[in-house]
Amino acid sequence: MMKTHVVERWTETARVTVIVCAVVLAVLALGPLVFGAGLVDRMTALFIYVILAAMWNALAGYGGLVSVGQQVFFGLGAYFAVRLANAGLDPFVSLVLGAGIVAAISLPLSAFMLRLRGGEFAIGMWVIAALAHLLVNLDTLVRGETGTSLIALNAYSAVARRDGIYWLALVAMVALLGALYGLLRSRTGAGIQAIRDDEAAAASLGVRIMRTKRILFVLAAFGAAMAGTLWLATAITFQPNAYFGVQWTAYMIFMVLVGGLGTFEGAILGAVIFFLIETWFGASGVWYLVGLGAAALVFALFLPRGLWGALDDRLQLRLLPVGYRLRESAGGKN
Amino acid sequence: MMNAIVQGVLLGGYYALIASGLSFMFSVMRIINLAHGSLAVFAAYLLFILADSYGISPFLGLLIVLPLMALLGWALQRFVLERAARAGLLVPILATFGLAIVVDNLLFEQFGADTRSLAPYIGDLSFNSWQITDDISVGQFAVLTFVAAVAVLTLLQVILSFTPLGRAIRATSEDADTVGLVGIDARKVNAIATAIALVTVGLAGAALGLRATFDPYAGEPQLLFAFEAAVIGGAGSVWGTLAGGIALALGQALGAEIAPQGFLIGGHVVFLVVLFARLFAPGSTFPAMLRRAVGRR
Repeated sequence: MMKTHVVERWTETARVTVIVCAVVLAVLALGPLVFGAGLVDRMTALFIYVILAAMWNALAGYGGLVSVGQQVFFGLGAYFAVRLANAGLDPFVSLVLGAGIVAAISLPLSAFMLRLRGGEFAIGMWVIAALAHLLVNLDTLVRGETGTSLIALNAYSAVARRDGIYWLALVAMVALLGALYGLLRSRTGAGIQAIRDDEAAAASLGVRIMRTKRILFVLAAFGAAMAGTLWLATAITFQPNAYFGVQWTAYMIFMVLVGGLGTFEGAILGAVIFFLIETWFGASGVWYLVGLGAAALVFALFLPRGLWGALDDRLQLRLLPVGYRLRESAGGKN
Repeated sequence: MMNAIVQGVLLGGYYALIASGLSFMFSVMRIINLAHGSLAVFAAYLLFILADSYGISPFLGLLIVLPLMALLGWALQRFVLERAARAGLLVPILATFGLAIVVDNLLFEQFGADTRSLAPYIGDLSFNSWQITDDISVGQFAVLTFVAAVAVLTLLQVILSFTPLGRAIRATSEDADTVGLVGIDARKVNAIATAIALVTVGLAGAALGLRATFDPYAGEPQLLFAFEAAVIGGAGSVWGTLAGGIALALGQALGAEIAPQGFLIGGHVVFLVVLFARLFAPGSTFPAMLRRAVGRR
């Protein structure tokens, strides 16, 4: 019997997943109308974590670019938002525009940093973050580590502010996840996954390595910056130390390693796990950070594809498939 | 001005010392250890405990701490790096970053946020200086650090170039699988190389603690200094690393001349400029640029 094969890009499970996601998002969209104030704040934090994890994963998991300096974009986003709001722009507009400025800066930066490889790129980004931190400290508005605040937000009532930030965070998260998912499923996405698996082989097949990596770099920069401006909106105060600290990258690495490096669903799972751990143990201070670092170390060594990768290997879940799978059609099994 | 340059060159000795281990590990194992700075600070704390609780001078303390660091290096290679390196290029970065976070926060848990220094335990040496001219005096300890840096770098080069161990290390770094065929145990060689690297980390930690203050989170800037000095110098060469350290320190001195907050900025800028030059004009490591500047090729 002739067996024919079809390329599978979509599954029945994925269809169900999309419906479930739509329902969850619909519920989340109504969040502020049902949740209490405390829960709205916590959920906003969760959305920010999801953005951070998904964006770091885009860079490291798909682009093969481990950056230890993503806090540079997080911090600069918040800084530009403060600056724009201080110049008289509406604070909510400042939040989005601030992230946009960071994306614009990241483009020329990418031309430079993407020439570095492996560990050099990782620490090189850290140096960039340290330098940006020092330069922001020079701004008279920021006054060194004293910092400043996004006082312009006071123009809104406490409720409008909380709900507005929640919705903005939700929209930003959905838009960024959607953009990443679209990118990964596109022709460029096939190139991205080829680079992740073997850069030299991908190049030999005509994947434009630099262009592809640049797209990921700028997307990840914009995403981290958006997370930074949203964090600023919830925290109000801007102290450079709190935004340019390497702990942000530690969180991102923890979330992605535990969830699943290079899997779309894994980053989201990692963010949810981080959110729960932070909720339960965040108050235990130093030990909490020791635990995060140790977990990152253990997962990197023993479960490099994270919880989702382990699940996926066993169950072949593929809730949101981004790849191409060859499947036997009619008559064939499986 | 002249004084700033002299002090910069001496400080460059410290940067070269802390960069030596990072650059050594990178050149023989292609691994950048992100816990490098944190481990140096860890060594400084060990010396601090010995001095503070047991009254052992930091110089004698090194006799205890350096073997411990070597042992730690051996364990680091065996239990972390070896496994990480097998799992791909990215995993060693992630694993050592996780380790750095663990070390930093355990130090904080143990010692709190207070800044410490080893200087009080070495008597006059920490502040004695030699008067060179009317304007310039050099700290004796700064000179000692510089000499130690040159000695360590030379020793590393001698080990690599002229000893059977160095030959084994170089061969393993070329092709870890094939060396087995000629009777070299690649695992053992890499463990020894990491042990050597961590001995230099221990020395750098001592220099850090003796020349200045440190706190549990001091590892991060030390890693960045080490990395910058190594990159400016172009990894894998003794004099390159020394030149890199000096260039970094001079950049900082120049930055500080321009503005009080310019010290660190100046160093980062020098690093980026050299990196930029190297990326767009391959082969332009800092020593190569120096050679061109003085007309030698």
